[in-house]
Amino acid sequence: MNNEIISQENLVYKKPSLMNDTPMHYCPGCSHGVVHKLVAEIIEEMGMEEQTIGVCPVGCAVFAYRYLDIDWQEAAHGRAPAVATAVKRLWPERLVFTYQGDGDLACIGTAETIHALNRGENITIIFINNAIYGMTGGQMAPTTLIGQKTATCPYGRTPELHGFPLKITEIAAQLEGTCFVTRQSVESVASIRKTKKAIRKAFEASMQGKGSSLVEVVSTCNSGWKLSPVKANEWMKENMFKFYEKGDLKDTTGL
Amino acid sequence: MAEKDVRLMKGNEAIAYAAIRCGADGYFGYPITPQSEVLETLALLKPWETTGMVVLQAESEVASINMIYGGAGAGKRVFTSSSSPGIALMQEGIAYMAGAEIPGVFVNVQRGGPGLGTIQPSQSDYFQATRGGGNGDYYVITLAPNSVQEMADFMDLAFELAFKYRNPAMILSDGVIGQMMEKVVLPEQKPRRTAEQIIKECPWATTGRTKDRQPNIMTSLELKPEVMESRNLHLQEKYQTIRDNEVRYETQQMDDADCMIVAFGSAARIAEKAIELAREEGIKVGLFRPITLWPFPEKQIKEMAQGKKGVLVAEINAGQMVEDVKLAINGAVPVEHFGRLGGIVPDPEEIVNALKTKIINR
Amino acid sequence: MAKMKGAIVVNTDRCKGCQLCIVACPQKVIALAQKKVNVHGYPYVEPAMAELCTGCTSCAIVCPDGCITVYRKKVEE
Repeated sequence: MNNEIISQENLVYKKPSLMNDTPMHYCPGCSHGVVHKLVAEIIEEMGMEEQTIGVCPVGCAVFAYRYLDIDWQEAAHGRAPAVATAVKRLWPERLVFTYQGDGDLACIGTAETIHALNRGENITIIFINNAIYGMTGGQMAPTTLIGQKTATCPYGRTPELHGFPLKITEIAAQLEGTCFVTRQSVESVASIRKTKKAIRKAFEASMQGKGSSLVEVVSTCNSGWKLSPVKANEWMKENMFKFYEKGDLKDTTGL
Repeated sequence: MAEKDVRLMKGNEAIAYAAIRCGADGYFGYPITPQSEVLETLALLKPWETTGMVVLQAESEVASINMIYGGAGAGKRVFTSSSSPGIALMQEGIAYMAGAEIPGVFVNVQRGGPGLGTIQPSQSDYFQATRGGGNGDYYVITLAPNSVQEMADFMDLAFELAFKYRNPAMILSDGVIGQMMEKVVLPEQKPRRTAEQIIKECPWATTGRTKDRQPNIMTSLELKPEVMESRNLHLQEKYQTIRDNEVRYETQQMDDADCMIVAFGSAARIAEKAIELAREEGIKVGLFRPITLWPFPEKQIKEMAQGKKGVLVAEINAGQMVEDVKLAINGAVPVEHFGRLGGIVPDPEEIVNALKTKIINR
Repeated sequence: MAKMKGAIVVNTDRCKGCQLCIVACPQKVIALAQKKVNVHGYPYVEPAMAELCTGCTSCAIVCPDGCITVYRKKVEE
């Protein structure tokens, strides 16, 4: 019976071919994989495989260039928006996006993030926010929640010692250069579909010269949080969504 | 035959004019004294309306050098300019470009340091330029102009060398040359390369991956030690090729000289006058002017120093190039240093006195 | 009466056993293969109750590694 169903004409879903077969180094259950898949699907659906240049960060996604078969530039920590600014201004017909984590984008790269967005560069910044520094072993990030325990705040983040978590997406929504600022997630089929629509809208807006977009994806880091992938999703729903509220903060794209 | 375009302008302005003329695709920079005229001139000339060159004031030197990384990594002729403390900020980006083999170009119009320092000129970034201020085993092709004309001429040369070797290249100028006004013959306008030309000439660049090739990845990261070692060995081979082929220097009045002054940039201009004064007093001294500080003309300096009474290295710092001169000469003849600090530019007479006390009358 | 019947194929070498597909599946089709690991040392999933699959693609959509290929066919009862 199974063999009757498994045939080419019955195919309804497979991994996008732009995402190659290289095994990905991400931890089991990591949100990165889902977002990579969406980006690959969107580029394919837009027919932009030969016209896209991605800029990847320093962080777990430093190796994003191994998995999506487009041209990539590996930026220094936090500098991806500056790199993307130049690439897009010099190759205006290309689709240019950055893919960054919370340390990269909202800590060391705060200036580059704000200024590229504020200049209205026609790029999309994809922001993977898992409230921790995953690659380097689970240290506190600018988006770590009050009370959350990490390697560098082992007793829990407190405002007195560590200051407050940073809502950079809210700041971005104030900047005149941005046309689309949104916060999404990828833990359920419904939220994945919304995130895909959001990234697609951002890519289209950048190709139509409408300005800069920031798509934050509230994500999990089950290794850093020391939870199983399933439990990490639950923790995220219970704790992160309260503080990092999902939805469109700004949309002037008209798309 | 077209009439030569002769103008009177500052060194900084010549950089801007020459960049447009040599078909530069973009400039991304940040204001800092004494070189803000580069960005100001480009902004006034509006090349985005004529050649289509992009000009952007970035939010910092850190952003600027990363814009250069991005643009040059995509095969475009892009450059930035700054001065000493700003170049210090750029060191990370420069090392990344060296590691990823990206042909970025940058100009340092040196001022006194260390740190925020002074806005007056100096040559105290020789180490920063030639010893690599960033991390790892790398070199930056370093050109040292000594005139407004060379500021103009070296713009195209810097791009040519950067792209020929896929290595960052710099023009190491200083506040004297950046600010002084001289006659300059501007190069003729070269058209900017088309997208097709760039894709053909730079098949390694991130121009958008077409089906006929593998993706191009600009990265300096490699975690497998054996692969990283072979990447580094490849860089070292490249640097040797550059040393073998791209040394540039100039000598003056060395034919009958029995002692030698080694100087670069504005110090070389002052040394020219010092040599004139010294010769009036009967001292037979000549000038050796390195034009490439890296690759350093060590063979040629060693040859020229043979049999001389001594070598005076005149540089506006506490003694930097003198170390390379000493290495080259390897003890064969005495090598001494003369310099001023704090942004003070020495007079020719000071160099003559130093020559007399340190070399002639030892 | 027609109904949708689905089938999934799991790339077990790519699977890391994160179990997000198990949570996402509305039909409880998927389970961790018992006492097995793949070439990378990860436990992996398999369609343990394949006959319940409707081909909704939820598992494939949530899979971070793109391991699951989904087929679906309308079948007459």
